[in-house]
Amino acid sequence: MISLTHYLVVSAILFTMGVLGIFMNRKNLIVILMAIELILLSVNINFVAFSSFLNDLVGQVFAMFVLTVAAGEAAIGLAILVIYFRGRGTISVDDVNRMKG
Amino acid sequence: MIQLLAFYLFATIVCLSGALTILSRNPVHSVLWLILAFFNAAGLMVLVGAEFIAMLLVIVYVGAVAVLFLFVVMMLDIDFTELRAGVMKYAAVGALLALALVAEIIVAVGAWSAGKLALGRRLAPVQDGVPNIEAIGQLLYTRYLFVFEGAGLVLLVAMIGAIVLTYRKRSDVRPQNVGRQNARRAKDATRNMNPAVGQGMDL
Repeated sequence: MISLTHYLVVSAILFTMGVLGIFMNRKNLIVILMAIELILLSVNINFVAFSSFLNDLVGQVFAMFVLTVAAGEAAIGLAILVIYFRGRGTISVDDVNRMKG
Repeated sequence: MIQLLAFYLFATIVCLSGALTILSRNPVHSVLWLILAFFNAAGLMVLVGAEFIAMLLVIVYVGAVAVLFLFVVMMLDIDFTELRAGVMKYAAVGALLALALVAEIIVAVGAWSAGKLALGRRLAPVQDGVPNIEAIGQLLYTRYLFVFEGAGLVLLVAMIGAIVLTYRKRSDVRPQNVGRQNARRAKDATRNMNPAVGQGMDL
């Protein structure tokens, strides 16, 4: 039978994949945003799994709020990406430190 | 049995497509793998009876967020081969960090199952016979009404923020000026002329 641990393992793998994606694609802002979406997805899987296996609906309600924040974050992040590209012609994150001072 | 089979199918595809999301050379392929990951995560959620969140995942993520990503990837004219250059440089550090993270999570999960933590009181226990969507709706519109409104506010701020950030006044095009169009009247725009023969007329 499926147990909570099954879900926790899937979610852990997905979370780690997201963190690894942030570190590997240091130059590509789009893939970094996608990796953040993966992390939020793994968190959602965790919430839903706990909610279902502990018979408490609040986890699913909270997963919906996580989804809301993820959607807003994607919209704002991509907007920042677009204006960054417009002003600079590249989306390499390594150059962002030029913004200081 | 069939449940376990479905779980392993969904879980494998989620993990594989997650890996391919971060490893693909082409960001368009990354977005497509991300969509596959979301679909299969929705399948995982249906398996434990969370239909509402699963459908929300398909509608919001696949229908809106992934398409938004696809638009941006295709709109920006970026040389993607150049962006792949530094991947191997950071792969070692990233792998090390990922290993540490996996070890920590395994320890945490082990501690959780060994600790036998039982919830003393459920905030909203699942009732038999009430569909998932109905139960969530009743919870959302009563106890979590203000949090729900707050979520709407977050979306509003995100929408206005995205518009404000990307809006620019362009000087090289001549946009429609609705106010000037509506203010224009026939008596200001036309003249009646009665030119004499052979005189011509000035405009």
